[in-house]
Amino acid sequence: MDLRFTDAQPTAAEREAVESVLGPAGMDSHQRIRTASNLRIFATGMQSVSDRRHLLLPALETVQSEIGWVSEGALMHICRELSVPPAEAWGVATFYSLISVDPSPPVVLHVCDDIVCRRAGALDLMEGLESNGRTPGVRWLPSPCLGQCDRAPAAYIQRAGEEDGVLVSMDPQTRPIGPDGGVISSNGHHPSAAVPQAGEPHLRLLRRVGAVNPRSLDSYLEAGGYRALEAAVEMGPAAVVAEIKASGLRGRGGAAFPAWIKWEAVADSPDPVRYLICNADESEPGTFKDRVLMEDDPFSVIEAMTISGHAIGARQGYLYIRGEYPLATRRLRSAIDQARRAGLLGESTRSGISFDIDLRRGQGAYICGEETALMNSIEGLRGEPRNKPPFPTVSGLFGKPTVINNVETLCNVLDIVTDGGAAFASVGTPQSTGPKLFCLSGSVRRPGTYEVEFGATLGDLIELAGGLPEGRRLRAVLLGGAAGSFVLPDLLEMPLTFEAASEAGVSLGSGVIMAFDQHTDFGDILARIAAFFRDETCGQCVPCRVGTVRVEEALARIRRDPQPGDLELIEDIDLAMRDASICGLGHTAAIALRSALELGLLE
Amino acid sequence: MTLPETSETREAVRLTIDGAPVEVRPGATLLEACRQMGTDVPTLCYLETLTPVNVCRICVVEVERNRTLVPACSRIAEEGMVVKTDSDRVRHSRKMILEFLGSSVDLSAAEDEVGEWMRQYQAEPARYGPQSEPTVAGERDRRHPGHHGEVNGRTAEGVHQPTKVDNTLYVRDYSRCILCYKCVEACGIDAQGTYAIAVAGRGFDARISTEMDLPLGDGACVFCGNCIGVCPTGALMFRSEWELRRAELWDPDAQSVTRTVCSYCGVGCNLELHTQDNRIVKVTSPQDHDVTSGHLCIKGRFGYDYVQNLGDVDRSSIDEVLAKARRPAPE
Repeated sequence: MDLRFTDAQPTAAEREAVESVLGPAGMDSHQRIRTASNLRIFATGMQSVSDRRHLLLPALETVQSEIGWVSEGALMHICRELSVPPAEAWGVATFYSLISVDPSPPVVLHVCDDIVCRRAGALDLMEGLESNGRTPGVRWLPSPCLGQCDRAPAAYIQRAGEEDGVLVSMDPQTRPIGPDGGVISSNGHHPSAAVPQAGEPHLRLLRRVGAVNPRSLDSYLEAGGYRALEAAVEMGPAAVVAEIKASGLRGRGGAAFPAWIKWEAVADSPDPVRYLICNADESEPGTFKDRVLMEDDPFSVIEAMTISGHAIGARQGYLYIRGEYPLATRRLRSAIDQARRAGLLGESTRSGISFDIDLRRGQGAYICGEETALMNSIEGLRGEPRNKPPFPTVSGLFGKPTVINNVETLCNVLDIVTDGGAAFASVGTPQSTGPKLFCLSGSVRRPGTYEVEFGATLGDLIELAGGLPEGRRLRAVLLGGAAGSFVLPDLLEMPLTFEAASEAGVSLGSGVIMAFDQHTDFGDILARIAAFFRDETCGQCVPCRVGTVRVEEALARIRRDPQPGDLELIEDIDLAMRDASICGLGHTAAIALRSALELGLLE
Repeated sequence: MTLPETSETREAVRLTIDGAPVEVRPGATLLEACRQMGTDVPTLCYLETLTPVNVCRICVVEVERNRTLVPACSRIAEEGMVVKTDSDRVRHSRKMILEFLGSSVDLSAAEDEVGEWMRQYQAEPARYGPQSEPTVAGERDRRHPGHHGEVNGRTAEGVHQPTKVDNTLYVRDYSRCILCYKCVEACGIDAQGTYAIAVAGRGFDARISTEMDLPLGDGACVFCGNCIGVCPTGALMFRSEWELRRAELWDPDAQSVTRTVCSYCGVGCNLELHTQDNRIVKVTSPQDHDVTSGHLCIKGRFGYDYVQNLGDVDRSSIDEVLAKARRPAPE
């Protein structure tokens, strides 16, 4: 490998930003690697020279947030420091929607125009941004779901050199950004509003929300925090895995895979180097439950990761969180820092184990929620899913055995360890054990994250959210998110369990329950879903890269002038995407659309 | 690529393909197993000399107890597997993949098999509507991931765009690119180790690109031409071939191939000189050659001018075109 860079140099500010991530310049630079003493390493190929490749995305992210965009000079500087081929770094930088490789104004507003926000006035908001002349120094871009559906419409704001943020419950008639670049309209953050049940005695996963100060380790400890870790250390790794197995815990990210199978496989691996990943890249449209846990109870995420790391024998955990969750990121970072200072994370913790956590921020790519794409993203590659097998438990992050679990899945581990797997399994149904979070949004009175025991029906959940507003009648529900399917009110009695959903031919997905009333323009919603998948496919495999485009085009024709054969064409495309795509994105991209067409929602 | 035989992997693997039993070496892929039996499996992104990336998905086959189809090129054969290579599901996915490519990419210069598969699988790329207008030069290279323009469904969006002609040795016609990743692999980890190109952008806007979309000569490219050697669709083409095609003088039937040894150094790379009208019009190397695996360097690939430096005598009709191809690219 003989890397070649252009002569472009970074500005002082860009250099400083890169240094804040990679350390002083020249530490591992290409120039140094090419000295005679290192030629042997050089000859062994990529592996040795790019062992800091995994810092590529953090470096790009930092330049983006400090400077507002990634210039050629900054990119070349990062490439020289990390010995990454510039073409590859370019491929990575242009993969993420939150990274700009073009000069950008200091403020960039990513306005969510996804299903819930567009029904809450996002389109008016965008029209206002467009028609009244642009504010100098501000750019706006449409964004897919930002995970703020309980307080739509929302926008994510990037500010060069300043903290990023989220604007929620915006007034569609008011410009959100003033001439000075300052935020005008945002109702700010109200934790209790996100969890209408907060404080109710039956809560498990959500019991600390509003009751424990999410910024304070002491507050968490006072509320019984870290007792589960203590118990886990006392029990030993094998016993923890056994309790997870006894609990019947299944993944809450969408695939419902039994957690213990992953844990046991990695715990039993002959490879001494293993990793734990917490998948906090919550990006399924309509999903915001993990955000609530991370913002309002961050220490439980950290404690649960520590227990999992202990159980599977991992010394290093990664928490990969979507870039559009700045508040959760800040709280988790603070929680990690506090835990480290208190000797609860790190080389040798006071509980006698060795485990640390690295937080990584996604940069705007739904596909990175797919487990292997997420791993590639951490490794500094494009967020393209890998072919499976091999599965992550055999060859995961950096090619090592890896357990990857969703935030909510991990948070359940605390009670399983404290109360025992059997106690957990006694909640819910035999196939679907424990508590479950659902994200209620759309046409309901009190949108938010709700916790129920498995077995509650769809109707129960909608009732919990206050039912539909006055004069509104339920027409359909989008269950499981954009990758899920539409169902009609005739399924209101269906228990929301994995087995009942499977029997009905639907999926609970990530726990999305989006309600639509009789005034819904389903054509508009389906078009947004089709556009979403087209925008978010990584583009790696043909069925998904082209199939998502052809689905969107076919839907446009159906909306304008339906012809015989249109539906068949969509079925043909869907079947090929389900059968031949590499990953779940392609497998599920046309399911919601097909379900809507089959249920006659477009008529 | 073959796996070394070790004591752990000596036992043969037995499986069933289309009802017939077959034994393969441990570590063999389903594609190898199929080929061993003489069963045809189409491939586009697969090449024996490159690491399988399994992205084109045209080689998918059905394996019992697997929810989805699996790519034969990279799925390792397992004991007891029951594989179907010509089921309805397999045929449907292959047909759709051919339609997706045919409706979005110019396949007119692709390997001959592609046309045969189109007929075999009854692919109808035209059913998605007329092709969208080509984009202007560089437009696709500037697209930002995450959103796209209005879609009306009246045309089938494609990747058509002007050819990139930025040097005298070869052209990049990304209207013909199916994004098989072969050129990226040949340029990088699997052969050349230069890493001059990679996939950039996302989704339908993903494209093969140099850093910052620089002209080839301004980036890391060393003009080995190994990307051309592996391109299955003619997206990467010798400048000479491209110019002759444009002048409608390209005539494969009038060409002959002469195998020889490169005279530049002592490695002994075999060359295949493709000649037309007694002029070298392109150079390849046999993929099964021990030394090259089909790959060459700039000298072997492009350094043939001296052979046909004929002075004023014996001019043929294609000389003018070839001479033009050797002039610097138009600004």
